[in-house]
Amino acid sequence: MKLLPGPLRRRRPAEPDGRPAAVPGDGDLRRGHDALVREREKEAERQRRREAALEVPISVAGWLDERTGLGPFMRGLLYRKVPPSNWFYTLGSATLFAFLSQAVTGVFLAMYYRPSATEAYTSVQHITNDVFLGQLVRGMHKWGATVMMILIFLHLGRTFFFGAYKYPRELNWIIGVVLLVLTMVMGLTGYLLPFDQRSFWATVVAVNLNSSGPIIGPYLADFLRGGAEFGATTISRFYAIHMLLVPGLMAALIGAHLYLVVKLGVTAPPWMKAEKARELAKEEI
Amino acid sequence: MNAREKEQYLREYHVFKGQGKPFFPYTVFKDGTMATLTLVVIIAAAILFGAELGPKADPTTTTYTPRPEWYFFFLFELLRVVKPPALVFMATVGIPTICLVLLIILPFIDRNPERNPLKRPIATLTGITVIAAMAYLTIEGAIAGSPTEIEMKVAKQYEPGRAVAASSGCLGCHKIGDNGNAGPGPPLTKVGARLPKQAIARTLINPTPPMPSFSTLRQRSPKEFNELVNFLSSLR
Repeated sequence: MKLLPGPLRRRRPAEPDGRPAAVPGDGDLRRGHDALVREREKEAERQRRREAALEVPISVAGWLDERTGLGPFMRGLLYRKVPPSNWFYTLGSATLFAFLSQAVTGVFLAMYYRPSATEAYTSVQHITNDVFLGQLVRGMHKWGATVMMILIFLHLGRTFFFGAYKYPRELNWIIGVVLLVLTMVMGLTGYLLPFDQRSFWATVVAVNLNSSGPIIGPYLADFLRGGAEFGATTISRFYAIHMLLVPGLMAALIGAHLYLVVKLGVTAPPWMKAEKARELAKEEI
Repeated sequence: MNAREKEQYLREYHVFKGQGKPFFPYTVFKDGTMATLTLVVIIAAAILFGAELGPKADPTTTTYTPRPEWYFFFLFELLRVVKPPALVFMATVGIPTICLVLLIILPFIDRNPERNPLKRPIATLTGITVIAAMAYLTIEGAIAGSPTEIEMKVAKQYEPGRAVAASSGCLGCHKIGDNGNAGPGPPLTKVGARLPKQAIARTLINPTPPMPSFSTLRQRSPKEFNELVNFLSSLR
């Protein structure tokens, strides 16, 4: 709180209401007091505004809750208790984050990519050389695939060694394995899309390997190629599988996976049981 | 797990959950930290290593050695390890499918209620063995050549020709030494003894269908074509 500076006070002999400034000291005090009151009013006004600003998200949340009834659900989701965990338990959400990163960079690549045997290579060249940040986004998509693959295997290892696939989480394990296979299908179908020598010949070999499978092998290979030979339709087929079919399936399965994680809860580290038993034993002594 | 073990687990879990902390903000903070780290690693790799773009795909080339993405190396290495033609389908589809089915039904195979990795040695050791095997196959696949490699020993002057044959897809239909498929083409292990050099060259240019013609290779690179013919006629 700042009082009026001395020289200014002396130049003003009376208050605006015309009261004589008989005793200079008395007027000083009075003006000081008025300034104090004004300052307090301002402060109160600021406080009111701050509270009103805080009201906005609350009222938005209230508005949404009134119309969706999501309030109790969100509270249950956010404030549910999670058993003591460690950093190994972040591998699943990190895999999910890598998937989201792939989705976002993939959308930007799809804006420039043309899935045809004649144009694919030049459009990837265009993305790499001309498009603003194109090289970075393409690099992120390529390395994001590697990072996601590493994370999904680490997550699988954590689930295996912690025995987290056991009752009651068997179904979530199965969904997770299917997600692993779909991630590998993404890697396989995405590899062809740049359409350079490396990706083309690796995919030819991969599809030929498929065709060596019993019974459905040859049919699967024909479906992937769009015929008996690699042709003009092959690349658009791989593109559709890579950016529509498999990501859609993955998004749905990730939803189911997360639902079960929230519903059943994440496991406690398996060695906790032993600690707990020991603690109880101590208490009994 | 029987009903009593299930009930016991659920009760224990309830106690652990009660000891835990709320998802928000504790778990969200940890997950957020990990997500940030993931993004940093992806961007750093993208900037440091980039994404290369090789020469345009050319279905008419006959001399390209295919390499898969690194996370498929273990599958490709399986192919190299399995030699007998009758077992090749086991390497391409059989073993991977069996492993996948086992992985899916794992919760129904391992019904032991114990979860501590130190107290279930069979599961833990199996897991470590599988990881070690996959790591070994991945590393072998990374340092070895492609599955179209020809391992047959030849004299030094025929080695370039052997490389041309290896990358030309011959092994798709022919057997050369221990490598390649037994059909539909005849084995080439002793083709030099059966056909003179000129006949081999003629067959390469005007083959019996379904074998593709190598006349484009001769036009584009006569040297490689001659190396290929020399290598094949040296096989006796």
